[in-house]
Amino acid sequence: MLRLVFRRLGLGAITVGLVSLIIFAGVEILPGDACTAFLEREAQGKLLENCRNDLGLNRPAHARYLEWASGALRGDLGLSANGHKPIAELVGYRLRNTLLLAFCSMLAGIPLALFLGVVAALWRDRLPDLAISTVAIAAMTIPEFVSATILILVFSIWLGWIPGIVLTPADASIADFFPAVLLPVMVLTFVMTAHILRTVRSSVIEAMASDYAQMAALKGVPYWRIVFRHVLPNALLPAINVVALTIAWLLGGVVVIETVFNYPGLGRMMIDSISDRDLPVTQAIALIIASVYVGVNLAADLLTMIANPRLRTLHMRKG
Amino acid sequence: MTAATYAARPSLFARVTAVLGEILARPSGATGLALVALHLFLAIFSPLLAPYDYRAVDANLMLNGPSAAHWLGTDHLGRDTLSRTLLGGREAILVTAIATPLAVLWGGFAGIFFGLVGGRTDDVLMRVVDAFLALPWILKMLVLIVTFGAGIEVLIPTLAFFYGIPVIRVARAATHDVVARDFVQAARARGHGAATIIWRELLPNVRDALLVEGAMRWSWMLLAFSSLSFLGFGVSPPTPDWGLMIADARGFMSFAPHGVLAPVVALSSLIIGINLTADALAKALGIDRSQKAPL
Amino acid sequence: MMKGAETNDPIIRVSELSVGFTSRAGHTIPVLRDVDLAVFSGQSIGLVGESGSGKSTLALAMLGYMKRGLRLIRGEARFAGSDMFAMTGRELEAIRGGRLALIPQNSGQSLTPSLRVGAQLSEALELHTALAESEREARIVRLLEQVRLPDPAEIARRYPHELSGGQQQRVAIAMALAAEPEALILDEPTTGLDVTTQAHILELLRDLASKAGMAMVYVSHDLGAIARVCDRVVVMYAGEVVLEGWAREVLRDPAHPYARGLLASIPKLKDPRLPTALEGRPPAPGQAGRGCAFVARCAIAADKCRITRPELVLLPSGARVRCHFPERVGDLPLCSTGAYAVREMAQDVILSLGDLSITYARTGLLDQVLGRKPVMTPTVEGISIELARGETLGLVGESGSGKSTILKTVAGLMKPAGGRIELAGSGPLPPLVENRRPDQLRRIQLIFQNPDESLNPRQTIAEIIAQPLKLYFGMAGEALRQRTEELLESVRLGVHYMERLPSQLSGGEKQRVAIARAFAAQPDLVLCDEVTSALDVSVQAAVLDLLDRLRRNRNTTYVFVSHDLAVVRALSDRVAVLYQGRLCEIGPAAAVYSAPSHPYTQVLLGAVLEPGPGPAPPQAAADVVELSPPATGCAFQRRCPKRIGPLCDSDAPPWRSGADGHSIRCHIPWQEL
Repeated sequence: MLRLVFRRLGLGAITVGLVSLIIFAGVEILPGDACTAFLEREAQGKLLENCRNDLGLNRPAHARYLEWASGALRGDLGLSANGHKPIAELVGYRLRNTLLLAFCSMLAGIPLALFLGVVAALWRDRLPDLAISTVAIAAMTIPEFVSATILILVFSIWLGWIPGIVLTPADASIADFFPAVLLPVMVLTFVMTAHILRTVRSSVIEAMASDYAQMAALKGVPYWRIVFRHVLPNALLPAINVVALTIAWLLGGVVVIETVFNYPGLGRMMIDSISDRDLPVTQAIALIIASVYVGVNLAADLLTMIANPRLRTLHMRKG
Repeated sequence: MTAATYAARPSLFARVTAVLGEILARPSGATGLALVALHLFLAIFSPLLAPYDYRAVDANLMLNGPSAAHWLGTDHLGRDTLSRTLLGGREAILVTAIATPLAVLWGGFAGIFFGLVGGRTDDVLMRVVDAFLALPWILKMLVLIVTFGAGIEVLIPTLAFFYGIPVIRVARAATHDVVARDFVQAARARGHGAATIIWRELLPNVRDALLVEGAMRWSWMLLAFSSLSFLGFGVSPPTPDWGLMIADARGFMSFAPHGVLAPVVALSSLIIGINLTADALAKALGIDRSQKAPL
Repeated sequence: MMKGAETNDPIIRVSELSVGFTSRAGHTIPVLRDVDLAVFSGQSIGLVGESGSGKSTLALAMLGYMKRGLRLIRGEARFAGSDMFAMTGRELEAIRGGRLALIPQNSGQSLTPSLRVGAQLSEALELHTALAESEREARIVRLLEQVRLPDPAEIARRYPHELSGGQQQRVAIAMALAAEPEALILDEPTTGLDVTTQAHILELLRDLASKAGMAMVYVSHDLGAIARVCDRVVVMYAGEVVLEGWAREVLRDPAHPYARGLLASIPKLKDPRLPTALEGRPPAPGQAGRGCAFVARCAIAADKCRITRPELVLLPSGARVRCHFPERVGDLPLCSTGAYAVREMAQDVILSLGDLSITYARTGLLDQVLGRKPVMTPTVEGISIELARGETLGLVGESGSGKSTILKTVAGLMKPAGGRIELAGSGPLPPLVENRRPDQLRRIQLIFQNPDESLNPRQTIAEIIAQPLKLYFGMAGEALRQRTEELLESVRLGVHYMERLPSQLSGGEKQRVAIARAFAAQPDLVLCDEVTSALDVSVQAAVLDLLDRLRRNRNTTYVFVSHDLAVVRALSDRVAVLYQGRLCEIGPAAAVYSAPSHPYTQVLLGAVLEPGPGPAPPQAAADVVELSPPATGCAFQRRCPKRIGPLCDSDAPPWRSGADGHSIRCHIPWQEL
């Protein structure tokens, strides 16, 4: 068991390492560098030379990679090309804001998804299931910017309840983001719930048809007790991984939503940095998002190991 | 009787018809297929059907509501919304319809290869796949688009490359399942070469999983494509595109909501159609896809 | 009259019960038809039949339960007087697991994986007894002791997956006994267990039933197990009861043609002949027609049988039989009719295995990094066997004995750790198929256990059989087609099978295709890996018959692996007994079966249940599961009933030879065994 945990941690670290290599190599391979990108094409001769010297771009690639990667490990993400500010400072509040968005969506989405998924499974092929599954398909497939647009139309323009655009500055306190944060949270919750509930539904259906659920019924266990004691603990295990994947997806999807709502988060910062061709910032954000992705998946795997008696007791019987 | 008739198996045509029949037998599958067919039809014939020139700007008609002349009203430049909506899916469908098979092909073959090679090589390559998946798709796409532009010649290979990577995982898992089965072992024990085993034993059994995977990739690619247009990184004006149209019309949503609703309905109906079809296809082929997570 | 019947009211009464499903076309298709049955207190009744006969459906219906998709057509299933199908949910919950308990087929999957064994037992006690929580723990330990599990307190703390198959089955039994039920339903409780474990479980069940005076309904496809446990036997065919009577009579002289055919198709330990096949297959649900369901396979069928469905009639013996002509049934043969001849073997050796050893374990990444070498004992070790041309060698042993591993190694699918494989005329074989020459590959063919797995579901039968023809003989066109047809006919399948896909064939037909594919290569050596284990017993007899005919026609050599000792007896000239990857005994089949000498062979043969009333099999060896062979000494040291001392643990036993090449490997001299 402990070996398994260490193995999984090791694999996670290797993946993050590879991601950093891909990011760095990507920037190297693409035409241009931080200076040509930032100074645009008019930059010639001396100006370009100075910029490259400033950023240390004249040194060999492997040396720059090692410097960048070791800096990142210490939390030093370097300076932005645009304004030479420490990237860690620029990113700080933005990351917090995106995590706030993600956290609120999870808080609403996960319990909702579990509830709806179980309801759909237990009333399989009947009205509750058909209603839930149909809405879920729509939620999964309609692009986020479309559902965001519809929500703004309904809640901000027609009803006028919640502002459709976030005007709060990035470094404001968390409380200041309410109620404006609610609309983007609703969009994310909508999509996330749909993905998770589909998995929950099918794995509950599978567990309800299992031999052990049948045995429990034939042992005289009342229906709801079968559901809660015998079926759900086993059926919800696979949901952990899907929740992780959904959170990871959320970090990509959040880019569009932050843009739609003008929300000052990491996603919008990424778009801006790419548009401005600020490569050091883009690299840093990519690394942060990828690390969160790997971290969340790692957490899910470890959680599954703890929750699954099969894996937890691996040391007792090898076979 | 000739050798050809003896070797005949249920023909490809017969099998395709059978699967189509099963898809159509479900109301959701029939709806989905009908939506997809309608969109494909419009993508091909909309230039003949569109009542106005999509570029025709008319300052007198800015943001008009639906009328007899303009069924769906006009946009902020006075262009006919119906014509632009009819034409707005062409580029998206063209790009994704080419990129999807490419993605499934390269991802499929790479996955089968890794699955067969196994061992250390497989371990290492799967870590690389994981690393690629850890980066959000929008970042990967945007970096390339900003560098190389948003033309079809950039979008197709880029989409095909990035959306082929998750296919590797699916194909690899399917390969592992099939290789463990006795009929592959039987072919190995007879002494067939690797190529014969892949072509005759493996591919026919991995194909279904890849087909369903392809349908799903298509819908995600469409999502990506229109998201990019929406953010202003995709199709460039004045070419009509649903994502771009939604982005443009959003600003006038408070007094001209019809401008947003038309492309919203068009885009959503296509993506829902593809997903319903994919679901029905998976059920017809006996594959459970509800466990799949978005990537 | 009725043994153990204290009252005249049966505890379970099923009357005119029909259960079915609705087909796609909207028709009602019955899977149980007009079943009448009564079980009295203290009585044990066996429900026997082949797959699809409806026996499990009937057993579950007695609990008022139907699988998803099935529904009650008519009739009732009464327990202690009240109809289970007319009860409310709460009434059912009180009876199920309380007064009427189930022991399921696959306990490994029937125990909830996320709950400890103790918690699941405690739940049964909570639901059906008045015990306070504090008293339950002691009761759980007593229950686990009652099913003879060692260290019950520890077992109660474990999760189901931490127990062996035999232990899981015992836990399921303990759970069923928790509320001291009046009747037990047992759904194939020993299927999938090794013979020695099965013998232990059956003895336990007999003991418990006789002590507690419980009624038992025992569902099984295995007449041997039924014979061991039941007073009465009910034979099911195509959803109907075709015969019901006292076990002694039904097993000795059954009064229904199907039951007779079934009995004749079972290979028996004492009978070296091939069992008689029961040709044909049962009608699919809904296809039984107006007449008798068995008519298509019946040797004494008359016109009347085709037109009217027979009723169950009471015979003077007290048996009830569903046949128009029960008086004629006695003429049908009861056991094998084939002649048995000791086959003369050629003297030339075709295959020789020299000191073959195989290791499973792989070194992990961490071990490699740390430079550790894991200590391991080979899974299979020291296998030296020579096979004469035309001979059939039976390889027997329980699960984990390495018998299939040896076959896969000979076939070149696994790499041996050491030793040599030599094929006469082809020299020593390279270990893996990838390095063998085409002619070497052609001469050895492997047939797998499960034809569902070994036939590619995407290829037609013609394509499947054509593969070796194209590969080894380069056949094409008309010649290929003709040869394929011949091969299909040689396994008694018509030309019309050519265009079908495997999923359109029955299990027995698929295995015939697999056999045809193996013989297409014109092999000298055919390796059969549990080829009949996935088949029903009547189909098994036909496949054995086919294998026998093919080897006679072509003088083919077989290595025949099976866990079923009676099946091996029917086909083998010589038998090798394996335990934990080591040979224990090898010799002519007649000698090994009539005078088993190695303690393990004695244990193994003793545990086999025969479909006839007889004395209880001896249970000499301890019922434990061994995960790996001991590092030194005799492989059987931990379970051996004749263990002589530390010598068995430290030194590998010597080979001792007897007459006719009969050898055993034991520290005890032959005469003393």
